[in-house]
Amino acid sequence: MRGFISIRDLRKYYGSFQALKGIDLDIDKGEVVCVIGPSGSGKSTLIRCINRLEDFSAGSEIRVDNIPVKAGRSLAKVRAEVGMVFQNFNLFPHLSVRENVMLAPRRVRGTSRAEAGVQADRLLARVGISEQADKHPSQLSGGQQQRVAIARALAMEPQVMLFDEPTSALDPEMVGEVLDVMRDLASTGVTMVVVTHEMGFARQVADRVIFMDGGEIIESGSPEQVLSAPQELRTQSFLSAVLNH
Amino acid sequence: MDIVDTFFNTEVLLRTWPMLIKGLWITLQLGVLSIIAGLALGLLLALMRLYAVTPVQWLTRVYIDIFRSIPLLVLLIVVYYALPFLGLRLSPFASAMTALTMVSGAYAAEIFRAGIQAVPQGQFEASAALGMNYRRTMADVILPQAVKIVIPPLTNNSINVIKDTALASVVAMPDLLKQATQAQALAANPSPLIGAAIIYVAILRPLVAYVSRLERRFGGGSGR
Repeated sequence: MRGFISIRDLRKYYGSFQALKGIDLDIDKGEVVCVIGPSGSGKSTLIRCINRLEDFSAGSEIRVDNIPVKAGRSLAKVRAEVGMVFQNFNLFPHLSVRENVMLAPRRVRGTSRAEAGVQADRLLARVGISEQADKHPSQLSGGQQQRVAIARALAMEPQVMLFDEPTSALDPEMVGEVLDVMRDLASTGVTMVVVTHEMGFARQVADRVIFMDGGEIIESGSPEQVLSAPQELRTQSFLSAVLNH
Repeated sequence: MDIVDTFFNTEVLLRTWPMLIKGLWITLQLGVLSIIAGLALGLLLALMRLYAVTPVQWLTRVYIDIFRSIPLLVLLIVVYYALPFLGLRLSPFASAMTALTMVSGAYAAEIFRAGIQAVPQGQFEASAALGMNYRRTMADVILPQAVKIVIPPLTNNSINVIKDTALASVVAMPDLLKQATQAQALAANPSPLIGAAIIYVAILRPLVAYVSRLERRFGGGSGR
């Protein structure tokens, strides 16, 4: 039985360095999966392969909703179904907050300007940024920018949301507001894959936690299993390093 | 004859002024058309240089390097005097515009390329992740940001194109410089040349000041 997102034998090389060593992973529709692990473990590379921002080796296979993630026409379809939130927000600095949210629906889906504007205002209200709709991203705090980035991704009404360390670039006092939005989102049934260092978020919100190291999945299971009673030595030493400081 | 009568002879200047204005008109036509065509060519070359299939990228690079190295005067003479042997006879205006466009296009290509590459990689990734195709990404996200970066160096490039139009006088184009040298011959007095110099400065000095202002505002950016 293959998952809504199915990953088979995913291998990725940077030159001679192997970043991903044959990952197999199935994620169900509506599931919230948190991926944790030390830096350089391949966790960001893994989720960047899901919408093919990273190329991966021939022979590896990823499918989203049974559509193969490979170069060509099907890729645009996959990317329209898969939203992504980046560590550094990557908002479009020359557009207002509202225009940031409106751009993709208009250009990819052909939504009318008026309709896209109404949708953008609704999404900005949902992430609590209504007041700032006419400002430019540089006028917003990091936490606000990341919430706009989430609204921008949601505007394409994706089935899957990928989060690549969404709170790592934020000042500590702004982490909470972004995690709150993500927690709301998780309760709406969107499939989420979240690369994060926020163990509290993983424990509360994830259906499954995956620990990666050295380009491999070392351990996978419910938050209690992986975070409270890890079986693998590498998971144990990572968690004790993260939690004891 | 003193220096004022020789170089700043108002009587000669007034008499030859209509010739200079006629020349100025042609200089401006040639300059503006070459700038516009050069910008279009430059953008096309930059996109080919960055995103075309490898052999085309390589050819584009060869083109850009050659036309940045060749002296404009040499190219102009080749286009005007040598192409007719290949059966292509261009008017002086068309020859000058072709040479100016080919060279300014090569410079503009490098400027556009630098501008596009200065846009952070994350902007391309965010666009791709939203499902936007290459054309939309360029038109809606990358180029609007690159334009800000390239305006000062492109303005510099345009100033150079207008100055280089003076070279067209060697292929018998009645541009500002050509008219000035003819007026000088007719009047047996070099004041029209000084008049032409003043006109060039009057036209280009505001552009030069504009670039300085932009560069101060954006910080950095240099031309050729």
